[in-house]
Amino acid sequence: MTTEMQKSGGMKKDMVVYFCILALAGIQFVIAYQSIDGSQMFVRMLIVAVVEAGLALLFFMHLSENRGLLWFVAIFTVFVLLAMQYGWTDSFRLSAGAPWSK
Amino acid sequence: MSQAEITMGGRSAGLTAGPAFSVPTKKLAMWLFIIADTATFAACLVAYGFIRNATPNWPRPFHSITNVALMTFILVTSSLTMLMGVRAARAGDKSGALRWTFVTAAAGIIFALLHVREWLALIGEGMTLFKNPWGTGQFGAAFFSITGLHLTHVTAGVIALIAVGIRYKGGRYKADDLEILGLYWHFVDMVWMFVVPLVYLLNLAH
Repeated sequence: MTTEMQKSGGMKKDMVVYFCILALAGIQFVIAYQSIDGSQMFVRMLIVAVVEAGLALLFFMHLSENRGLLWFVAIFTVFVLLAMQYGWTDSFRLSAGAPWSK
Repeated sequence: MSQAEITMGGRSAGLTAGPAFSVPTKKLAMWLFIIADTATFAACLVAYGFIRNATPNWPRPFHSITNVALMTFILVTSSLTMLMGVRAARAGDKSGALRWTFVTAAAGIIFALLHVREWLALIGEGMTLFKNPWGTGQFGAAFFSITGLHLTHVTAGVIALIAVGIRYKGGRYKADDLEILGLYWHFVDMVWMFVVPLVYLLNLAH
């Protein structure tokens, strides 16, 4: 493949990813106006946001070109994010009216 | 000389066979910073979610999505223009790279101005860090701290884009340096993809 073909092929891929990210952002706005439960809305929006971020990571930040770095970033970041989630049960306790919450 | 020997300043590499993950040190440093900053933003958003979930009278003051939709479009497009700048730099087109970098910086400035305009509108309606006319006072602190932290990152990114762009054109920085800055800019865009649904869209006034 010549440099020009590589360049145009890469540009095309960038544009496709760009429009996918815009479309996903649009989907989030559509979800915001759906008549669904708050927790369902949150889960759907979070899934779309994760997909958007994944596209940006893999293609805009070229992480798909380096598998070793991809695994390092993914495992470390996901571990830290999961470790932050331990306190949610306490949040539900506060909202449900357990002692000293009101 | 091998890459490892260059990295070690000409001395024998000893224990290392090459740079970690086969990426230059500067790029790895930027990735480590991005991971750390991701943890910072995640902590802010999780804490915000905790407070919001635990508070019954959480305000929902956003009537219009026009401004936040426009800001999202501008920021996502600026990621594309950053990519074009890096692509031009890799092809050796210094003028093109500088042009696209400045377009990216301009998009960042427009984003920041729209954001400040939104803040002023909310402050004009009576919202402060500690109180607001719609519900619990914690909303203001949560909103301004999360969006303010993001706006700080955008502002720093704009300054960096201008500085690195000019120095790249002058020959002091290379295409690699522009690409590394591009990683930061894409990260700032990615954070916004989480801030929009969690802070704005889940607090729409239906």
